Amino acid sequence: MQRTALDLWVGAFVVAGIGALVVLALKVGNLSTYNVSETYQLHAYFTNVGGLKPTASVRSAGVLVGRVSSITLDTERYEAKVTINVDKRYQFPKDTFANILTSGLLGEQYIGLVPGGDEEVLQDGETFRKTQSAMVLEDLIGKFLFSQADSDKK
Amino acid sequence: MPLKKSLSAVGHRTVDSVWRLGVATRFLALTLMQSGVSFRRFQLIVKEMFASGVMSLVIIGVAGMFVGMVLGLQGFETLKRYGSESALGSLVALSLVRELGPVLAALLFASRAGSAMTAEIGLMKATEQIAAMEMMAVSPIARVVAPRFWAGVISMPLLAALFSAMGVFGGYVVGVVLIGVDEGSFWSQMQASVDFRDDIINGVIKSFVFGVAVTVIALFEGFDAPPTAEGVSGATTRTVVESSLAILMLDFILTAFMFRGG
Repeated sequence: MQRTALDLWVGAFVVAGIGALVVLALKVGNLSTYNVSETYQLHAYFTNVGGLKPTASVRSAGVLVGRVSSITLDTERYEAKVTINVDKRYQFPKDTFANILTSGLLGEQYIGLVPGGDEEVLQDGETFRKTQSAMVLEDLIGKFLFSQADSDKK
Repeated sequence: MPLKKSLSAVGHRTVDSVWRLGVATRFLALTLMQSGVSFRRFQLIVKEMFASGVMSLVIIGVAGMFVGMVLGLQGFETLKRYGSESALGSLVALSLVRELGPVLAALLFASRAGSAMTAEIGLMKATEQIAAMEMMAVSPIARVVAPRFWAGVISMPLLAALFSAMGVFGGYVVGVVLIGVDEGSFWSQMQASVDFRDDIINGVIKSFVFGVAVTVIALFEGFDAPPTAEGVSGATTRTVVESSLAILMLDFILTAFMFRGG
């Protein structure tokens, strides 16, 4: 069979089209787990993770230092176990605080790390001792209503 | 009696369009039945894919890029009010993959490749090439129509995927590079909200259906055109109008099936 320039063009077109689908699947869709640089793992237990999702960012002083890799329920403690990958360049003291925060009023939730003063640093696989759970809007409204009812009685 | 005349004209047009719809359905069935030849001689399909697919690449790429850039700009302006600029990635990707990619690529394909198909076949008919084929016992449906049909059906999902990918890139350029949305949250929010099965595969199914609709309309209009200069020009216009309407109507039906507002 003779090969023509036309075959080359059509072949390139098909490759480009399938390539676009692969890009959509891997880069846009959720078919991939992509790592940027070398990381080490840390764990944190939260009583409530709220709307935190895997791949959410982990920030310290507003700087991106890592990403959430998985969120599971620990059935021994009945708390959410969050595993995060932290960039190897950054080390945190043992008494670092892990908080679930929200960027903006309706924005995505992320984990904020507030370093303590300990001289030893967290090693790969270790767990944060102090955590603060996500702020759940319903709880806040509930507390607010109760406090209103209390102040009305007085 | 102008009233009676206009009433009967409406009735005539209705009956005529139902009639044409029936003939078009039979035309599609004939094309499907006689497409064995074009798969055995795959070169025919490749040639038509060059004409309809490869030649549409530039317009699809440029249009996708600009649509993505506009989405990035407009989405940012709106999301800024709610302080959730980081959701820009999911907004751009979801609207492209679910709706704009398949629909706009199909609309462009209808006006770029569909009209060309209609004009080509209409002129082949006007210059009696179709009749000559029949005289030589070559089925014009198997030789002329079926390769174009399959070329369009294969090209359409690929073009829609390219459109979406270029659009996401355009949104990235405007959102992350120019405006300065955080790159990590742009991609991670996008990946968290775009599901492969629910969004990307459904988009591919949509563009496949649009591909069938556009090519059938284009080929049928060409085949059905009166063999005159005026007839061919009218058929080309009808191709663009009818396939655009068909795309938008089918899109609503498919979206209702796939997403159900859920």
